[in-house]
Amino acid sequence: MKISIASGKGGTGKTTVTASLATVWDKPLLAVDLDVEEPNLHLFLHPELSADTEKAWMEVPVLDAEKCTLCGDCVEMCQFKAISLMISTLTLYPDMCHGCGGCMAICNEGALGKGQRELGTIYKGRVGGTRFLSATLRIGEAMSPPLMEAVKKKMEDIISREGRDAVIDAPPGVSCPALCAVMESDVIVLVADATPFGLHDFKLAWESFSPLDKPMGVVINRAGMGTREIYTFCRENAIPILAEIPFDRKIAEAYSQGRIIAEVSTELGTIFSSLQKNIRALAAGDEEEVGHA
Amino acid sequence: MREILVLSGKGGTGKTSLTAAFAHVSGNKIICDLDVDTPDLHLLLQPTHEREVQFYAGNEAQINQEGCISCGLCEEMCRYNAIHHDDVDAFSVDPIRCEGCKVCVTFCPEETISFPEKHCGRWYVSTTRFGTMVHARLFPGEENSGRLVALLKDEAKKLAKEKKIDCILSDGVPGVGCPVISSLSGADFVVIVTEPTPSGRHDLERVVALCRHFRTRAGIIINKFDLNDEQSENIEEYCRNNGYPLLAKLPHDTLVTEAMVKGLAVTECEESAIGTEIRSAWEKIEQLTR
Repeated sequence: MKISIASGKGGTGKTTVTASLATVWDKPLLAVDLDVEEPNLHLFLHPELSADTEKAWMEVPVLDAEKCTLCGDCVEMCQFKAISLMISTLTLYPDMCHGCGGCMAICNEGALGKGQRELGTIYKGRVGGTRFLSATLRIGEAMSPPLMEAVKKKMEDIISREGRDAVIDAPPGVSCPALCAVMESDVIVLVADATPFGLHDFKLAWESFSPLDKPMGVVINRAGMGTREIYTFCRENAIPILAEIPFDRKIAEAYSQGRIIAEVSTELGTIFSSLQKNIRALAAGDEEEVGHA
Repeated sequence: MREILVLSGKGGTGKTSLTAAFAHVSGNKIICDLDVDTPDLHLLLQPTHEREVQFYAGNEAQINQEGCISCGLCEEMCRYNAIHHDDVDAFSVDPIRCEGCKVCVTFCPEETISFPEKHCGRWYVSTTRFGTMVHARLFPGEENSGRLVALLKDEAKKLAKEKKIDCILSDGVPGVGCPVISSLSGADFVVIVTEPTPSGRHDLERVVALCRHFRTRAGIIINKFDLNDEQSENIEEYCRNNGYPLLAKLPHDTLVTEAMVKGLAVTECEESAIGTEIRSAWEKIEQLTR
């Protein structure tokens, strides 16, 4: 089973929930940080990283100017303004390239060879019996989904070899990187707070992920803060509330010290054990059980 | 003209609440919400839309079933795993995965793949109680946020010129990827909002690295500094050692949420320590950008 922890708005507590779930999970687990722009899960799980850290690359064209006849076919092919032809010079802008391979395929002269652009670095590790995967996008690199795809490939390898469950810390937002993170999950858990911003972005996330047609539930963080509107919205749209984490300055302080919230008190530990049960019930299509587990 | 951009790296550190407060305490400016994915600034500024424009960007491949001979070339050539066939060899494009690269369209031997333009969202020019605002909404799950960000920035510049306004104040996006890079292009000064937590600190350093990469000046605000004094001091030391001005240290105050619930900027509420500190931060930004 793959569970992604997503949100819409940033800073609602995705990493807090992911790290806490990882510590209470009762089956072999793989914890994956797919927020490659700002990965934070390692700051709370403190995994022991293995030595086989590796770079991820995207294939981009390199020009062999001697073979180029300046026909302009590649310029016409490229949809991303990564190639330009000015009078008698063909210029490549590898940073703009999306790696579709179209220019290399269309060039009849073999003037465009295979080069590489670094996307970022992939890390593997372990925390006790839990395996850990994450990646950091290279500073200056604009595209996060190709790096996320590379991490997802490693995630699938580990899952198929070792039969683990996976919990995924997704990036904020509802556009392409967020969708890329949750697309193949079996369950999507949205973390929302009850502030007006939290509610607004939670609705956007709900709207954006609904077409994926996956079981979806919500964890309300900092419950008691803001307004009650989120409860009304969940009731009207039959969105199961999987857990509520109370608004408490002590939790914020513990988080600021890098502590895992499930380990702060017995009560908080219980919230996450019951969240785990609710996620399993939701995945099994047993919505009646959610909240009673 | 000065373009001031509020960023954070980590989400939820207070970019939007702070942008609204700056919009309240500053003089003439064009306000710009560059978070086109999950915009929130409008919840505090309640803009009245004066102009609404449809946003079209990029294209999407669509296979015309009648002409398709099921040769499979498109599926083979697609690098985004966006083309699949079912058990009766009917090929189709997954719109979520389609990158709009045109490779399948160009190489289809039957020329049976169309490539219509995509309607990705809407953008607006609005009036607010703090001045003119440019903002947008990308449709759920859409791509091309970077292009929409660039478009909003251009529009803000045009309006500023027309109205002879010398300041653009923009609310940014979390992360360091496509929309953030797009928002940094041409920005004169970045206000980075961080918090004294391991994530806040880690993500601050990545945004600073990005600003350095694009040679953009920046200053730092520590929000909720009193959550963890030790972490706050570490961040202050980081500012000193790396030559970044510390613009403000804001206390953790539930007034921010109360203001949000009322649809107000926090500086519009009763006098508060946080309000005073925000005003003084804006004065520092004024001095640094004049």
